[in-house]
Amino acid sequence: MKREALTIAFAMAVAVLAGSLLIWFTGKSPLEVYGLLLEKTWGSSYGIGQVLFKTTPLILTGLAVSVAFKVGLFNIGAEGQLAAGSFVTALCGAALPASLPGPIAVALCVLAGMLAGAGLAGLAGVLKTRYGAHEVINTIMLNFIVSAMLLWAGNAHFFVKYTTHTQTVSDNATLRDLGIKGSAANTSLLLAIGLAVAVAYFFSRTRRGFEWRAVGLNPRAAQNGGVLAGVVIGAMAVSGALAGAVGANSVLGYKHYYEQGIGSGAGFMGIAVALLGRNHPAGIVVAALLMGTLSHGGLGVAELVPKELVQILQAVIILTVAGTAAYRGRAVKKGKSAVPMKPLPDTGAQSSAAEREHG
Amino acid sequence: MPATGDQPALELRNISKTYGAVAANRQVSLKVERRSVHALVGENGAGKSTLMKIAYGDARADAGEIWIKGERIARHSVSQSIARGVGMVHQHFMLVGTLTVVENVVLGQEPRRSGLLDLKRAALEIRTLSQKFGLDIDPDARIEDLSVGQQQRVEIVKVLWRGCDVVILDEPTAVLTPAEVRDLFAVLRGLVKDGMTVVLITHKLDEVLALATRVTVMRRGERVAEYDAQGLTAETIVHAMVGRPVQQHFDKKAASVGEPRLEIRELHVTGARGIPAVRGVDLVVHAGEILGIAGVEGNGQTELVEAIVGLRGVDRGTVSIGGKPITSEPVAHRYRAGLGHVPEDRHDRALILDYSIQDNLILGQQRDFTGSFGVLDRGRVRQNAERLIREFDIRPPDPSHLVKSMSGGNQQKLVVARELSRRSLSVLICAQPTRGVDIGAIEAIHRRMIEARDRGLAVLLLSAELSELRSLSDRLAVLYKGQIVATLDRQELAADDVLDRIGAMMTGAWTGSTGGAVGSDVAKEARP
Repeated sequence: MKREALTIAFAMAVAVLAGSLLIWFTGKSPLEVYGLLLEKTWGSSYGIGQVLFKTTPLILTGLAVSVAFKVGLFNIGAEGQLAAGSFVTALCGAALPASLPGPIAVALCVLAGMLAGAGLAGLAGVLKTRYGAHEVINTIMLNFIVSAMLLWAGNAHFFVKYTTHTQTVSDNATLRDLGIKGSAANTSLLLAIGLAVAVAYFFSRTRRGFEWRAVGLNPRAAQNGGVLAGVVIGAMAVSGALAGAVGANSVLGYKHYYEQGIGSGAGFMGIAVALLGRNHPAGIVVAALLMGTLSHGGLGVAELVPKELVQILQAVIILTVAGTAAYRGRAVKKGKSAVPMKPLPDTGAQSSAAEREHG
Repeated sequence: MPATGDQPALELRNISKTYGAVAANRQVSLKVERRSVHALVGENGAGKSTLMKIAYGDARADAGEIWIKGERIARHSVSQSIARGVGMVHQHFMLVGTLTVVENVVLGQEPRRSGLLDLKRAALEIRTLSQKFGLDIDPDARIEDLSVGQQQRVEIVKVLWRGCDVVILDEPTAVLTPAEVRDLFAVLRGLVKDGMTVVLITHKLDEVLALATRVTVMRRGERVAEYDAQGLTAETIVHAMVGRPVQQHFDKKAASVGEPRLEIRELHVTGARGIPAVRGVDLVVHAGEILGIAGVEGNGQTELVEAIVGLRGVDRGTVSIGGKPITSEPVAHRYRAGLGHVPEDRHDRALILDYSIQDNLILGQQRDFTGSFGVLDRGRVRQNAERLIREFDIRPPDPSHLVKSMSGGNQQKLVVARELSRRSLSVLICAQPTRGVDIGAIEAIHRRMIEARDRGLAVLLLSAELSELRSLSDRLAVLYKGQIVATLDRQELAADDVLDRIGAMMTGAWTGSTGGAVGSDVAKEARP
């Protein structure tokens, strides 16, 4: 745990240095830019609220990716799953009778969104177990299919005329904001944290969690231990459900309708969050907070440097974390060559393994 | 410095090497005289392979000197070793299956004539070497068409063709049948007679006694003893290897055989490549007996076990436990019906290396340790581990220790402990239960298997070690190309020449008489 933290800290330091260099190239002062970044994010209540708002979906997608990772799967389709989930959440919210008590309405809408995400990712799982089609390909393809389908379905049936958004959800299905100075932060943050706790509990305490991790670490031994191949479908479905819950934040908590492209980007960023968070729910919350800070801060420093600079910063962090993970994996391997070992059980090694297969 | 005849072929002085916190070699010195067969013996992890890798230049020592034929090698590398005539045959062959023998032999040192590859001359040279040492190698044969024994001879040719006269062999007999072992030994004797030097890494003592002129014993990275092979006994070597006297043979009671427990009828199973691997096997294992299955690897053993356990589908036939058909039951149901399974490769099928000892001890029984709401009962998981660690002497005795940093022997003891602790156990499948396990652990595992039998379990034992099969089995079946070609009862197993007979059956060359030619060309077809 301590070494993990050191790794991350080292990666951050490298990223900050690399970022400084880039800022310096653009002719600005790194100190000034970083100062502004902090000021715009953690320097005001509004900033903090906006950071939390941006963090919420990243916790959910980070969890989604990490659950799949734990079971040895790479769900690269959180993007599509969160879109489908948000869409269904919005439709559900608009269709529910206004007389329904608020908590029930919200729960139904979130569940509907999670089910949509679960169905989509579960389909990728079925394709894998039944036909051996790799989940990376499946989920990427489904991203495109979902994106096209939603646009078509919206235009044909659900979008309000002359717009690209659906009808507004009924009032009882909206989530309260957290009351942080006009920011968009809302109670879905609590849902996200609750789900993080649930995922942590599931993997560390339950029998299924034990079996799922076993499949991720050594599927052949798990099979010999009586674990059925169906866990792949289950794990993909849970992963998709977590991504599908993003609609709680963007739809129920903020826009109150589904809009073309809402929440996009969080799905892919979830991969980075899971990687940075070492697949551990607590790590993921922290990593989401960091990435949330950078995404909101990117808007804040736009007056000094191009917004893309912050994206580069994010990329450098991811690369250094992945790099140090791989380096440490090798070091460990060298040290104990008598014992055959996977380079690293979690994140870095798995994502790079998936890339190797398809690169 | 000119090399003269009386300097040692190979000399290591005070070699030390650590991997991380583990000292693989500690101040090891070794002198290999010319024209000798020098055996390097020791348990797994004793540091034999590391030492020879260092001698070969494949690994660098932290401290110490390497002398080849009287010349100190300062900056050591593999190419330097080969240039000075030291070659190595690795345990896992380094051959390209789709290339021919001659292509494999010249790989990396391709002979050229006016810039073009000249394989003709090399092929001729290989043929000459092959004839001279009785290797029986066709330079134009493709590697993948050769048997394991033939592939090994290609590795030897590779070394000879490069002009080496010191040949290091790492566990050369691990994959060979008894007849192939004899052929190999004949070849090695021929090499020594021709003036060459052989270094043999092994943990099989009968080989040492049959072939070696000098024996060095290693234990825990140190050289603990060195003997002249003349008049040496296996007991002496074992004592030095393990550091204490070891019981190698068991006086086991005659089996008191009960009712049939595991019944396999007309079983047909397709292997990984879509080729029939098990072709009509009939087997019955009774309560209170150990049924051994002998066979060259790749003759359907893996598929047979996988079909029994439920890891692989069955084409035809039935498997039943205690009279109850389980042919299409999922794995977990079979365990509940009374099955236990020690897989042939513990890292592949038996263990999650990144799990702790206690978690691995419940793998496959996780349902029995689940309380309400699907939550694992951590307290009982730990108790279970503490009990089994004590009973089976698993080391380190720490339930939360990760399995990946345990020795092979302790990992295997863990697997055996787990399978024997199954609640409704009545049939135990043991595939290669002592592979890559040190002598101390082998002794413990064998004792447990006999205890299980005496307790009334039906035990199916698959092994590549004929001596293990012979000492444990009450009955023995020989599997060849997916079929049971012979079954031997206890009396037949006691015969002196039984190992030769079994060996011949395993290669399909058995004609009813003992010994006989070994048709390795038939054996290879059955390999996956």
